[in-house]
Order: sequence, then C-alpha cells, then structure tokens
Amino acid sequence: MSIRVFVPRDTTALALGADAIANRLAREAAARGEPITLVRNGSRGLAWLEPLVEVETPTGRFAYGPVTSADIPALLESGMLEGSVNHSLALGPTEDIDYLARQQRLTFARIGITDPLSIDDYRAHSGFVGLEAALALEPQGIVEEVKASGLRGRGGAAFPTGIKWQTVLDTPADQKYIVCNADEGDSGTFADRLVMECDPYMLIEGMTIAGLAVKATQGYIYLRSEYPLAKEVLDEAIARAEQAGFLGENLCGSGRAFHLEVRLGAGAYICGEETSLLESLEGKRGLVRFKPPLPAIEGLFGRPTVVNNVLSLAAVPFILAEGAEAYASHGMGRSRGTLALQLAGNVQRGGLIELAFGTTLRTLMEEFGGGTLSGKPLRAVQVGGPLGAYLPEAQWDLPLDYEAFAAESAVLGHGGVVMFDESVDMAEQARFSMEFCKVESCGKCTPCRIGSTRGVEVIDRIRANHNREDNLALLHDLCETMVDGSLCAMGGMTPFPVQSALKYFPDDFQRAANGDRS
Amino acid sequence: MNKSQEWSLQSIQTEINALHHKPGALLPILHALQDRFGFIPSEAIPLIAESLQQTRAEVHGVISFYHHFRTTPPGRHVVQICRAEACQSVGARQLEAHAKARLGVDYHQTTPDREITLEAVYCLGNCACGPSIRVDDSVRGRVTPEAFDALLDELQTRPLEVMA
Repeated sequence: MSIRVFVPRDTTALALGADAIANRLAREAAARGEPITLVRNGSRGLAWLEPLVEVETPTGRFAYGPVTSADIPALLESGMLEGSVNHSLALGPTEDIDYLARQQRLTFARIGITDPLSIDDYRAHSGFVGLEAALALEPQGIVEEVKASGLRGRGGAAFPTGIKWQTVLDTPADQKYIVCNADEGDSGTFADRLVMECDPYMLIEGMTIAGLAVKATQGYIYLRSEYPLAKEVLDEAIARAEQAGFLGENLCGSGRAFHLEVRLGAGAYICGEETSLLESLEGKRGLVRFKPPLPAIEGLFGRPTVVNNVLSLAAVPFILAEGAEAYASHGMGRSRGTLALQLAGNVQRGGLIELAFGTTLRTLMEEFGGGTLSGKPLRAVQVGGPLGAYLPEAQWDLPLDYEAFAAESAVLGHGGVVMFDESVDMAEQARFSMEFCKVESCGKCTPCRIGSTRGVEVIDRIRANHNREDNLALLHDLCETMVDGSLCAMGGMTPFPVQSALKYFPDDFQRAANGDRS
Repeated sequence: MNKSQEWSLQSIQTEINALHHKPGALLPILHALQDRFGFIPSEAIPLIAESLQQTRAEVHGVISFYHHFRTTPPGRHVVQICRAEACQSVGARQLEAHAKARLGVDYHQTTPDREITLEAVYCLGNCACGPSIRVDDSVRGRVTPEAFDALLDELQTRPLEVMA
C-alpha cells in the first residue's frame, strides 16, 4: 500500500503554493520509485506553518512545514515518507505540536484531519452523529438541548441561540427558513472560511439540525463573494450530501425534509448585518431593516427565520452528539463552550486557536502568537473586526469573555485578533475606521451615512493640525452621535475603534500626518 | 484569467431564463451574467426588469449598491488588493502605493493596455499570512512589493506570435 501524504487545499495553503507542492511531491516520489497517495485535506489552522505537509505512518501523522516546492527533494531524501525528523522543516507528530496540543477543539476537532469532501471520512470522525440524535428527538427536545448548552451567537452579538430557535419554533407559518450568515467580512477573521473549506458537512449538519428544531425545510448559506473556494467546496458537498441522503426530501430515511442552497453576496460588508443580509437574499439592495419585527418572527420573505453565524451552526452537531453538558462544561460565566479565535496581522504564529472562554489576550498573543512578525514591540491589538476597539497593553490581561469585554467598551465579535507593532499610527487607523464605514454604509440612516464622511474629514483636519483642539472636540461629539443615533452596528460601532484610539493613543493625534511632532 | 464571452441579447436572456424562477433571483442572475460576460451590460437591465416584474430603477439600484458588480468590461486580469486592518499591519499600505505606481492606475481603473484592472477588497480571509491579494479567482499571501512585480511579469508574459 502506498503511503498517504496530506497537502492542504484551503485558501491560505493555496495562497502559499500548496498546489505546486502537491504536484512536485507526486512527481518526485514517483521518480524515486516511492508512489504516494496524495490527500488534499483541509488546514489544521496553523497558518504560520502552511503549507503544512503531513505523512501518515504506523505511529501517526508527522508534519513538515512551512514547505516550499523547492524543499521537496531534500525532504524526500531525508526520509520524510517514513516520518523522519532529520530535516529542519520536520515538526514531529502533528498532534504533539504545542500550538495544537494546547487547544480545546470541539468545533474544529476534525479540521485538517479529513478530506473535506469525503462523506466516509466525515462519518469515520463522528460525522452525522448529531443529526441522528436530532432525528430521534421532537423539535422542542432539540431546542432544549441547544438552550442547555449555553451556546450564544458567534457572529458578534452573542444572543442565546436556543432562545432564537424557540421563537422561530413557536411562530406558526407555512414556510420557515434557516439562514446561515457566511458573510465573514471582519478583517482578521477566517474561522468561517475554514469551516466551509475544510469541514463543510459540519455546517450542513448543523443547519439540518436547526431545520429539524424549528420545522424549517429550506436553508440558505449567504456566502461572501470574496470566498470563491468556499463556494466551490460547499456546492460540491451539498450535492454529495443530497446523493447520500443527508439532505433533501428524506433525511436519513426519516421522511423529513431539508433543502440547502448557497447564495453569493456581492462585496457589501453591511450584508453581514442580519436584516441587510435578508434583504440581499430577497434580491434587493442590502439596506438594514428596522427591528422589530425580529427576523425570528418576520424574516426572509416575511417568514420566521433563524439567522445564525457559521460558527454557531457548526457548534450544533457536537452539542447534539455529545450532549449539552459536554459543551457547557467549558467556558466561564455566561460565556459557555469554546471560542474560535483567529490570530492575525503582525504576528509570528498566526492561525486558528479554539479555546474555552476565559483565556487572556496576552496568553493568546504571546504564548500562541509568539509576539510580532516584525520583532518590534507590540503596540495595539484590535479585537472583533473593524468595529472593535483597539486595546493598549493595559487591557491585554482581560479574559476573553463577552461580559468582561463589554465592561471595557470592547467586543469579542467574531473572535478576530489583529496585532499591530509600534510602527502603527493610530490616527491613521482611526481615519481608516471612518473611511471603511463611508465605503460600506448602506446609507439608510444619517448618522452612519453622513457621520462617516464627516469623520474622515475631521480626522484629516486634526492630522493637518488645523484647529486641532476644536476638531478633536468635534470628533468626540460626532462619535457619540453615531453610537447613539445609528440604526445598526455599522454606524453604531464604527466609533469604537476611533474612540479607543483617541483614549489610549492620544499622542498619535498630536502629530502631523507625516509623523513629525508639532 | 478573464475568460469572458461576448454578450448578446439572446445569451443574456438565456441566463435570466435559467434563474428567474428562484426566490430572490436578482443577485444570482447578476452573478451569472458577470461570470459569463465579465461585466453586466447596460442592455441587460430592461431584460432583467421585464423578467422579474421589477422597474429598471430597482435593478440598476441593486447593481450599483454592490461593489462586486461592474458595468464596464474589466481588463484581462482583475487584481484586488486587501485594504483591511490585518493586511495593513504587515505592509498593505506600502503594497497598495507600490501597485498603483507600478501600474499607473488607481482603484477601479484598468491599465491602458487592458491587461490589469485594479480593485480594492476588504478582507480575503487570509489574515494570518498577509498582505493578501486576489488575482482573478486565486488568492496570494505574503505579497511584498517585489513579489507583486514578479507576479505582474508572470501575468503579462504572453507568447509572441511567430510568423510561419
């Protein structure tokens, strides 16, 4: 039997040359008379080691990375196919890599291990066990299980998932929908992408369970157009799941139905806001709706709709398979279970880190991240995407917990952690926050639409030392207006990074844009 | 590479007919047209409006709302540079300035030889290995200005026609 060699094919591995590596490996191994079976697995989420090549041996999988195509001959020569560790890129047994071994992977337990599109692989790793458990329960029983798990929406708002499902279950209608928010637009986040590219059946299973729980028979995955590979993988996974009876008219022979379709967004950040997303799915401009009515009561096409983030839905199969208690036993306070953190930006060892709530930012950035990529001192960290505050060193000991962050006017959001070294100009970052809001505002409410444009202008005047003190006062006032007066989180939270920059990095606003102190 | 086909009223109508029965069909139709023709010809608007029983203003409003949809043909390749925070922290601003200077165009513009259309993008989901760019449908990571130049050379290398 030929040796199985794994070369990942998620976006990050491909962006760093994984295809060329796979081709060269196959060619060189054949030339050496050592035929291999190439498996294009998902990523383990250790982005800094990508492309991470693994070899299956009788004692487990051995890792090599980050590999370039030019390294292949020497790696083969060193005995890589036998799991040898006689090469500088050899990392030993994959599961023993500290970064991975220290995580608590519940949602991402399978990621990078399996071939993402293989249903056999998925089933061999506890796939569809949650669905089978759900099929044995009444809808209310499924909802109770999700409630008991303490799962809260992982998209950013952290609303209890079980309560949302209960509302949809309790609202009678001829048609209900499950909508997966896969418009992962926050900079520094890629956990949704990893789920979709590397373990798509988990999302399909989670959505199907949601459908059974609230009696919805149609689901849509609203996917951002910036993720072409995720689209390709999901479309293929849905087709195969239908073929195998895990989607469609007769789920696992139960006589119950659930249909699923991927819909592409079109480059609008605002469509990650749930009501804007629903408008977009209906074929309209992505204008934010007034709430109430809640989408759970009047959502897609006016029908009761569950709108959940990818990670919320992806957590559901584990909860149903292992029981609510197994999930709820992780975490702290009201933040139960695990959080998929994404360490990004100026970092030595970036990647996906799934941990129970409660770890500190410092642990994450230093022990996992290993400090900045540039080697310069770390200065600021933005948590929770472009609407999240910039945190100075004084706040790095905050535990990663929804309530602890909220108490400091910060947000965990979707778990993105973006690190900046000392070269960052925080006035420039504040300007970008306003500029981004200006580009992405849906335009429905005035504080967001006009406020962001004025925000860019005011910051430009401050940086040009034009009536600095007056303009700083004006910027504070503008931020307050946006926070209090905007219709949704876009305008309402854009001031968070701006205000945090003003509060914690005031010196950066006291110098001209060219960097000179005035 | 851009493999766009020439559009015709008939081929536009074929794309519309294949999708107009779907609930919320407008975005899928617009994607299908842009995927096939590289952009959405203005002549498509009345056809879509008619098929979906909407006004032309509604269709135009949707096209202009979304950054992804274009109404003019792109160059042979579309290059998107990520402008978001994670890439900024590892040099995206320098890369952006370099790319604009090297190509002699700003965002939403195409080089005079119609080779490269430059676009901004806000996150490609490759945030631990930036700066990131997308060339047509493939993402590239850790793109330094030098790597960007090498990529352009690769994209713009076309075999010369040899006279028999």
